Amino acid sequence: MSGATILEIEGLTMRFGGVVAVNDLSFSAQRHKITALIGPNGAGKTTVFNCTTGFYKPTSGAIRLIHDDGRNFALERLNDFRISKQAKVARTFQNIRLFPGMTALENLMVAQHNALMLASGFTFLGLIGAPSYRAAETHAIDQAKQWLDRIGLLERADDAAGNLPYGDQRRLEIARAMCTEPALLCLDEPAAGLNARESAGLSELLLSIRDQGTSILLIEHDMSVVMEISDHIVVMDYGVKIAEGAPKDVRDNPKVIAAYLGADEQEAAAVMESSP
Amino acid sequence: MEYFAQQLINGIVLGSIYGLIAIGYTMVYGIVGMINFAHGDIFMIGGFIALITFLILISIGLTAIPLVLLIVLLVSMAVTALYGWTVERIAYRPLRHSFRLAPMLSAIGMSFVLINYSQISQGARVKPVPPIITGGYSLLERDGFVVRLSNAQIIVVLTTVVLLAIFTWLVSRTRLGRDMRACEQDQTMAALLGVDVDRTISMTFVIGAALAAVAGMMYLIYYGLVDFFMGFVAGIKAFTAAVLGGIGSLPGAMLGGLLIGLIETMWSAYFSVEYKDVAAFSILIVVLIFLPTGLLGRPEVEKV
Amino acid sequence: MTGAATDLTQASRREGIVFILKKSLISALVALVLFSLMIGIRTEAGPTGQLIYWTRFDDLASIVAIVFVGSIVVELLRQWWGPVGTTRSLPPTMQRAVATAGRALPPLLLLSALAVPIVFYDQRYVIDTGIQVLTYVMLGWGLNVVVGLAGLLDLGYVAFYAVGAYSYALLATNFGLSFWICLPLAGILAACWGVLLGFPVLRLRGDYLAIVTLAFGEIIRLVIINWQSLTGGPNGISPIPRPTLFGIPLTAGEDGLAARLGFEFSPTQRIVFLFYLILALALITNWVTIRLRRLPIGRAWEALREDEVACRALGINITTTKLTAFATGAMFGGFAGAFFATRQGFISPESFTFQESALVLAIVVLGGMGSQLGVALAALTLIGGFELFRGFDQYRMLVFGLAMVLLMIWRPRGLIGHRAPTVFLRQSTAISSELAREGRG
Repeated sequence: MSGATILEIEGLTMRFGGVVAVNDLSFSAQRHKITALIGPNGAGKTTVFNCTTGFYKPTSGAIRLIHDDGRNFALERLNDFRISKQAKVARTFQNIRLFPGMTALENLMVAQHNALMLASGFTFLGLIGAPSYRAAETHAIDQAKQWLDRIGLLERADDAAGNLPYGDQRRLEIARAMCTEPALLCLDEPAAGLNARESAGLSELLLSIRDQGTSILLIEHDMSVVMEISDHIVVMDYGVKIAEGAPKDVRDNPKVIAAYLGADEQEAAAVMESSP
Repeated sequence: MEYFAQQLINGIVLGSIYGLIAIGYTMVYGIVGMINFAHGDIFMIGGFIALITFLILISIGLTAIPLVLLIVLLVSMAVTALYGWTVERIAYRPLRHSFRLAPMLSAIGMSFVLINYSQISQGARVKPVPPIITGGYSLLERDGFVVRLSNAQIIVVLTTVVLLAIFTWLVSRTRLGRDMRACEQDQTMAALLGVDVDRTISMTFVIGAALAAVAGMMYLIYYGLVDFFMGFVAGIKAFTAAVLGGIGSLPGAMLGGLLIGLIETMWSAYFSVEYKDVAAFSILIVVLIFLPTGLLGRPEVEKV
Repeated sequence: MTGAATDLTQASRREGIVFILKKSLISALVALVLFSLMIGIRTEAGPTGQLIYWTRFDDLASIVAIVFVGSIVVELLRQWWGPVGTTRSLPPTMQRAVATAGRALPPLLLLSALAVPIVFYDQRYVIDTGIQVLTYVMLGWGLNVVVGLAGLLDLGYVAFYAVGAYSYALLATNFGLSFWICLPLAGILAACWGVLLGFPVLRLRGDYLAIVTLAFGEIIRLVIINWQSLTGGPNGISPIPRPTLFGIPLTAGEDGLAARLGFEFSPTQRIVFLFYLILALALITNWVTIRLRRLPIGRAWEALREDEVACRALGINITTTKLTAFATGAMFGGFAGAFFATRQGFISPESFTFQESALVLAIVVLGGMGSQLGVALAALTLIGGFELFRGFDQYRMLVFGLAMVLLMIWRPRGLIGHRAPTVFLRQSTAISSELAREGRG
């Protein structure tokens, strides 16, 4: 039995030496929805991401991924690459991590590595040129072409990823993550450095990804993007959750405003009441 | 028991020599993040300079041993420091902003240059030297086995201790030391605050080379010979010592040196002398796999 | 206005000359101090065992003079050419010409290689050198998988070469197995060692990875030297059986190949056979590598080099990827080692020093990491260059060391400055190696 929840975080705590980056955090992300994780800098959002995607081992707590078919994965215990391969969680990075010396097409081919490895019989079938492998490779290239087309980079498929403009690189990283056919896509500040037009394009892309069945968890500072596309928002500050709910509820929450402004809660509430 | 005590003494003496070389490795790695592959060969050059200076002083008739030792110490430190400075200027500084592989390959090249330079200029044969410091003390005698502490051993350990003291003072109390520590943490910021980064890095190499020269001279006094290949193996062992003690940590380098010296001596004495180098290299592998930050080092967290 | 400008340029030119002279004087002084003791004085163990010395002040003076003049020349060149690293682009017509020449080069090289034993049939020395070059080309292509494609810095490659050589030698001398059976066995054994080496170093990066692989190489050499009962120690193993053409020996006797095919026997035939053998082995290495590059494993290797963290996030098993890289590279090294053993007829630990590892690594880096053609050209240049210096062993290592330093300063990306993509939709455009990462292991 699957349910509406795809990601369940319970009591997550992450300690680095004496610093507590995340303190007893609990929230859940719904299937086929976009959940945004927001908060001022240093709130611990990327730490939560890194715990979810296997780059940090949480000090304590549980992170559960629930698939459509009901299978559960304890992400806090899975080793890095298995989170993508078995649990089907994909991510992008705050500082874009493409393969700069490889073309856009090659980047997307690498993402389909596991499927292709199987089809190539762990290389041996591929080495002898078996037709089954060649069919799989053609399919992978088609898949890559579709994504390149969707993000408008089909013309630049053979260009080195490092040569692409910044906005294109961001979209390519998302397309690459999607080529792993994830159930949950985690995006770390995908709108960073994008102008208004590019942000709008990004929102469109993410909405279409959601509508095609992938759940999204996203960290973002650009409030226009967050407010426009999120179904659910979780707000963090100093490693704890301070608010959670639908976008309009979170937007008007004095605690959230206070956290961002650095003011205190009553002051924020007072300002809000006094404004029309 | 007596045999063990003797090995203990020998191990500490050998360890002091390794420790002096290890300090150079750890300082350079701390400040520019590279392993100076040529550092072991700087130690070898130091040994040769000491040898030649000895010969000259003795042949011009100087016989007062303390004076000879002092002059040899100063000359070999100065000249070897210049070698270290030159190597840094020629082979490393131009590559400071190049890609990661470049300084390492350059260092390997420099290592070959130094080894073959000394082989060509001084011939390939091992150079033996008559014992410069003789005599010693019998500490313990039982069942016919005498535990000896030779004067040479005392000189080695004493020199090491004195130099360490001077060097620790240098790093913690002087402006240069502060600059070095600043550059280790954040070069860009240090530069913005007025630290002459180039000069600080050069001085790091210079000091490392000077200490390696002392190690070379001590090696000469203790073992009575130098050869052009002694830097290669000693270099790897000293690097092992630096890693064992915790790369970037100066007391760690000395501690690591002592440990490696003791382990090597004990292994040769109780197991097998042919495989002593294998033991040292294996320690390097084991430490890097299981304890990469060493005994006194600081753990690093990978930022994603 | 012009008057002031000319004054300025004249002043700066004077300043320039003074600057150059000052710099060269300092260099000469430094050289004087550095070389005064090591070159000025020559020590040696005397006839009665004591140390004697003599002076060589004239040598010292000449060297210091050379440094002074050389420094002036370098400064002038630097001012004329611009600082190191300024890229000069060729005009487009020349670029196209270079590109076409580049495409023609691999088949040309192959044809020349095939022709060498025929053209130089009487000059055994040339064929021998050719065998030497091809052996290093094969080693370079093998190490290229580890260092060039996967970005794993291996300074102990000679260990696999040694394992291959000693495996063949021991199997052939103790069990009488033929070369053709031992060859795959040597490769498998070397591959196993590759995995053994790979396991402990999985989490090491950059310099640490390099020095641990160096330590491994040295350990293997020391074990070979000291395990006398197995390996013969410093005396090595000999004689090692020569290769046969699938069982038919290449000797002068009745059962020899010459007798069977009915032509005159000559010892050169065996050399020619060895030449084509190593050529075949090298070409197989090349073919396999090119194919692997286009398969998911090859792409994973290159992705690993570009960004290991991103690979993990894409579900790629870093452990198996690294281990297969080590194993594949080691396997080719093992094949080359087996060939080396059979070609020489005798092996000893002296052939497997760190210098060999450094030489093969230099070939890979000089070639431009990942480029098959580059590695071949680099091997030709370096080994050919080495042969020119034959007889001056110490000097050639000195020059080699200096060459490595200069190469890193001048052209750290190697001869071939670009990477060819493995799959393309429309057109394969070469990617400049400025973009490709060099890997941290």
